[in-house]
Amino acid sequence: MITYSIVDGTESSLKNFLKTLPGVDQVGAEARAAMLGTRSIKAASKNYAIELAISMVDLTTLEGADTPGKVRALCSKGLRPDPTDATVPHVGAICVYNDMVSTARQHLDSIGGSDLPIAAVSTAFPSGRASMPVKIHDTQDAIDAGATEIDMVIDRGAFLSGRFGEVFEEIKIIKELCGDRAHLKVILETGELVTYDNVRKASYIAMLAGADFIKTSTGKVTPAATAPVVLVMLEAVRDYYELTGTRIGVKAAGGIRTTKDAIKQLVLVNETAGPEWLNPALFRIGASALLNDLLQQRMKMREGRYASPNYVTID
Amino acid sequence: MSAFEYAPAPESRAVVSIEPEYGLFINGKFVKGKKHFPSINPATGEKLSNITQASNADVDKAVLAARSAYQKTWSKMAPAQRAKYLYRIARILQERAREFAVLETLDNGKPIRESRDVDVPLAAAHFFYHAGWADKLQHAGFGSAPKPHGVVGQIIPWNFPLLMLAWKIAPALATGNTVVLKPAESTSLTALLFAQVCQQAELPAGVVNIVTGDGAVGAALVNHPGIDKIAFTGSTDVGKIIARSVAHSGKSLTLELGGKGANIVFEDAAIDEAVEGIVNGIFFNQGHVCCAGSRLLIQEGIHDEVVGKLKVRMAKIRVGDPMDKNTDLGAINSAEQLMKINELVDYGKKEGGEIWSPQCTLPSKGFWFAPTIFSGVTQAHRIAREEIFGPVLSILTFRTPQEAIEKANNTPFGLSAGIWSEKGSRTLWASNQLKAGVIWANTFNKFDPASPFGGYKESGWGREGGRHGLGSYIKGGDHE
Repeated sequence: MITYSIVDGTESSLKNFLKTLPGVDQVGAEARAAMLGTRSIKAASKNYAIELAISMVDLTTLEGADTPGKVRALCSKGLRPDPTDATVPHVGAICVYNDMVSTARQHLDSIGGSDLPIAAVSTAFPSGRASMPVKIHDTQDAIDAGATEIDMVIDRGAFLSGRFGEVFEEIKIIKELCGDRAHLKVILETGELVTYDNVRKASYIAMLAGADFIKTSTGKVTPAATAPVVLVMLEAVRDYYELTGTRIGVKAAGGIRTTKDAIKQLVLVNETAGPEWLNPALFRIGASALLNDLLQQRMKMREGRYASPNYVTID
Repeated sequence: MSAFEYAPAPESRAVVSIEPEYGLFINGKFVKGKKHFPSINPATGEKLSNITQASNADVDKAVLAARSAYQKTWSKMAPAQRAKYLYRIARILQERAREFAVLETLDNGKPIRESRDVDVPLAAAHFFYHAGWADKLQHAGFGSAPKPHGVVGQIIPWNFPLLMLAWKIAPALATGNTVVLKPAESTSLTALLFAQVCQQAELPAGVVNIVTGDGAVGAALVNHPGIDKIAFTGSTDVGKIIARSVAHSGKSLTLELGGKGANIVFEDAAIDEAVEGIVNGIFFNQGHVCCAGSRLLIQEGIHDEVVGKLKVRMAKIRVGDPMDKNTDLGAINSAEQLMKINELVDYGKKEGGEIWSPQCTLPSKGFWFAPTIFSGVTQAHRIAREEIFGPVLSILTFRTPQEAIEKANNTPFGLSAGIWSEKGSRTLWASNQLKAGVIWANTFNKFDPASPFGGYKESGWGREGGRHGLGSYIKGGDHE
């Protein structure tokens, strides 16, 4: 499944490969993203987009104050986002901290949600500042507890000091740990990488090292999933598919709070990577507040008016 | 719906009221005309209104009104007062932006996204910019007491009707001239709406006069003895006729003519953004752009990669109803222009260019041309030398930077060029070698009122915009 044929994992092979990537012109990338932001999505296409966006949400709680009760409520919400309407699809996954995975798994299994994936943030999320044995243990723990998706963070310190081999090696180790049991999402934390050139390079390192998904952010750093950042990452997965025939997913996380924001993301996907990426297996939106806005907009589209916020549940 | 297909998102046309018939705008009033011709919506063929074909006597009246306004009010007015009117016009354009955008799209066929986001905001920006100059002309480098020409005749094209009007009228008024303007035959409506803005702004009567009609009206204006200066934007052929007519007449002349802009992509370019720039360079405004990047020069080593990505990107171009907010490529402006495009494209095929267009369904009514590229074009092809003025790109290759420059400059034109490279030293070197009035680096078709625009060689005389553009409307300013 994992191909290391393009690079052999050594620092020099990575550096040589990354040098072949064209740069990103900041002004041009931002202009393209802004232009796509002007697309006007109405009527049937809006219904379609809302439905799709709901199914792509990684419904997330990543707070120090998380409790089993909070996590169970989140799981129920994710499985049946609108308790009054069974036609609403379930979300893409539930995303929690490592120690909440077993609570989430047990609860989901007990309410008929055993197919709903659970994503655990891992490798000393959000900073990634821990030794490798700790990161390995962190990930192993989550998988053993029943996580089916691992959202790991890259070592931004290593990346920014040019130690690309280390970044690659960590991802590769975590990927091997995940094996067939869990999908690996690699968080680049683009807000700390700052430049689009860095975003492109980090995307390739993650893909080459075996990521199933590349993810923008932890949600703990701003800016997060800005449109140009997501654009550059979508270009990377599109070009990587050309190169290898493998489709890697993209997860936009952080700062996407409204239906409008979510639809803009879907337009970016549609017109950059292409319609093949418009499904929860290849595009996710990491969010918490977004789901309720999507539900309210969905009701509005059906009933022609906005309902009071009390018609959507607060979990 | 099983796929993410964008539902129609049409802009409402309720915001504009188009009158069944328009007269001429002379001396601050609309004057009924005798002869009329129809103005149609090129996207549907639907008739929008009847426009007056001005007579020689009408042109006389307009020039007389402009002369009288120049002598009695405009040349005597304090410059800060002139500025006040320009600011007022700029603000009204902003307030009525939606109205202008919708009308421009109906009349011209360009996508509402472009008229809304480019044409109208830039037109307002030109008035704001020149309003600022009106009382500071003594600091513009044309001496301590710069003088206007007097009465200026201005003839503008159909590709950016309102924007070209702004490029012409704003600097002319700021420097103290009065104006007789003739819009293009097929796109007079926004100019006539602008006449209403002049009334709304209480601009003194006769400072701006608008006469509509075909080339005969333009000729009457050019040859009128009461005109001190002619400013023309349009084809090189007509520009040459005007230059001959004006010779020995003592009239001052600026010309903004055709182009065959080279868009040069070096192997170290940011490829994705270069592809965007190529698309923007040739498909913006259906390629009806004098400074379009219509000759793409790609370094051989990256030719296949760039053309491959360009084709993928072109497949995403949304062609159709210009009033739809998601449309990227609108209608060709007229049957005549569509014929010209077809003729040159046929030549391109005969000469052995490899033609390619993405799958797209063109509307059955109106005038349409799919986005098109020709690969394998050489300098010897007609489609590499002549301006097509449509959504058709000729693709050539080069081996070395030196060769790129030689090919780029090997044209009778010299209006625009683009350079795509992540290497600053190469960009600076290339921009020094290129013989073109506007050179964009890692972008294309970017306009700003502060930046002078104009051509070398057959692309024209004089500059518009910026400090240099002021010179075109100041006595002796051309020769600075």
